[in-house]
Amino acid sequence: MAVTDGPRTGHLPIDTTDPEEERLARRQRIEDAARWLLPIAVMAVAIWGWHRIVVANEIPHYVLPGPGLVLETLWEDRGLLFASLMITLQITFAALAVAVIGGVGLAVLFAQSRWAEMSFSPFAVILQVTPIVSIAPLIFIYIESRLVGLLLCAWIVAFFPVLANTTLGLKSADHNLRDLFAIYRATRWQRLIHLQLPSALPYFLGGLKIAGGLALIGAVVAEYVAGTGGIGSGLAFRILEAGYRLNIPRMFAALILIALTGVAIYGATSLIAHLSLRRWHESALKRE
Amino acid sequence: MTGETRSGAHNLPGARPGDGNLQGTDAPQMTEPDPILRLRQVDKTFAGNVVALRGMSMEVRQGDFISLLGPSGCGKSTALRLIAGLMRPTHGRIEWDGGAGTDDLGVVFQEPTLMPWATVEKNVWLPFRLRGQPLSRTRDRIREALGLVGLDGFAERYPRELSGGMKMRVSIARALVTNARLILMDEPFAALDEITRQKLNDDLLNLKAQTGATVIFVTHSVFESVFLSNRILVMAPRPGRVIDEIAVPEPYPRGMDWRTAPAYGEITRRTSETLHAGLAQPEEP
Repeated sequence: MAVTDGPRTGHLPIDTTDPEEERLARRQRIEDAARWLLPIAVMAVAIWGWHRIVVANEIPHYVLPGPGLVLETLWEDRGLLFASLMITLQITFAALAVAVIGGVGLAVLFAQSRWAEMSFSPFAVILQVTPIVSIAPLIFIYIESRLVGLLLCAWIVAFFPVLANTTLGLKSADHNLRDLFAIYRATRWQRLIHLQLPSALPYFLGGLKIAGGLALIGAVVAEYVAGTGGIGSGLAFRILEAGYRLNIPRMFAALILIALTGVAIYGATSLIAHLSLRRWHESALKRE
Repeated sequence: MTGETRSGAHNLPGARPGDGNLQGTDAPQMTEPDPILRLRQVDKTFAGNVVALRGMSMEVRQGDFISLLGPSGCGKSTALRLIAGLMRPTHGRIEWDGGAGTDDLGVVFQEPTLMPWATVEKNVWLPFRLRGQPLSRTRDRIREALGLVGLDGFAERYPRELSGGMKMRVSIARALVTNARLILMDEPFAALDEITRQKLNDDLLNLKAQTGATVIFVTHSVFESVFLSNRILVMAPRPGRVIDEIAVPEPYPRGMDWRTAPAYGEITRRTSETLHAGLAQPEEP
């Protein structure tokens, strides 16, 4: 707050900011920095602790490799591991794409026809609640192509959140707006395009965030189930293979890659959601 | 009940043409125009034999500003939904002149009912858009309607950037933009604070004078109904019905001094008494 009193308070330093406000601003700056620095610091301490434990107890690398060795392995096996990462990524993204198309398509169908919803939603629920590890062996019996099998498994896991959220979103259009569209004699198609789909967008994006992570989990789990029998070469296959060979550092290296991939997918879907909603949706609003 | 009730004879011709005339069809008329809408003994009964509306009859003429005034449960919103074609009457008829349906309507709800993902301009474009008219060809009209409600320069804003009163103005612009021959307003200012509400009432009266719009206005405020309308249908609950019609023989355009005119006070008092008498009345058989 400005001091406007003039000469009489001239002996005081004329400060244009309120000390209370300044204190709040400082606290805000500290909090902003802490948001990044704290997790990094904790992570660094954890890795250092890991390193100390391994060194202090002289744990052999085939039991628990130190963080240095894991990094070294990541670098040395980079050709092998990144080729596997690419395959896992391909399956993940293909499954996610099909999940989005299938999930949104089914949701639109459900929103248009209650009969379709009554008929098909139990199947969707059954697919969702049955653990993928128990379905996957059957899939690999009936489906010859390993790639298609993996894709199918990842899709089954990923599509339900997209379907469930988008269905909810399509039904959540403001009822007054629905009335308005009815009064203006909007066609079913116009209502879908101009009202229901935009209303469903925030819900869909929430589903996409979940589905992104699940597609990766589905791809990895399916590869475990498919096992090393075929000519598999995704990251999960590398982990299994390294396990059989007691190459523990490589297991860790592959694990780190999977974790980083999951984080990257989450970051990407969050960014997409933020960019699509930042102009209008409550979830993306910055509050004073 | 009162000398002027159920007369309809004080019905005034449409508004005089004003500046910035959006409608331009309202040359002063000497004879009473034909009704554009007629309700004949309309009943609406919901499931479980809940009578929402019984025996409602009314006529709406070009340039009318009719208030449906009553407490909650008196069927005023039901009447509006019937007129809007969102429901069908259980008995009775709703007749439009020329047999035309109800697609030529503007509607303002109690909430602004804007699409949050669309800019102000695109929200106002909606009635045109649903008729397949592109934004480029209707932009002038949209800007004109936004000007009428005092929102020049807000076309590119999103609803969340606006105050409650401004959102309501956007909603009114959307109802005006197509020059609909009847505008339905369902307690549009009920959720606003008193000061904003009065300002919007003043502005609505100006709009009425400028556009000559025909309006059916649902409200539970006696003051609002007397201030704005030329006819007030007073309604009572259980079962929802019209108990009286009160004419407000003050020509449009009404000046801001209307709020303090002796006639305003007199009609307000009379309307209030009618409303309370209706509440005290025993249920009709």
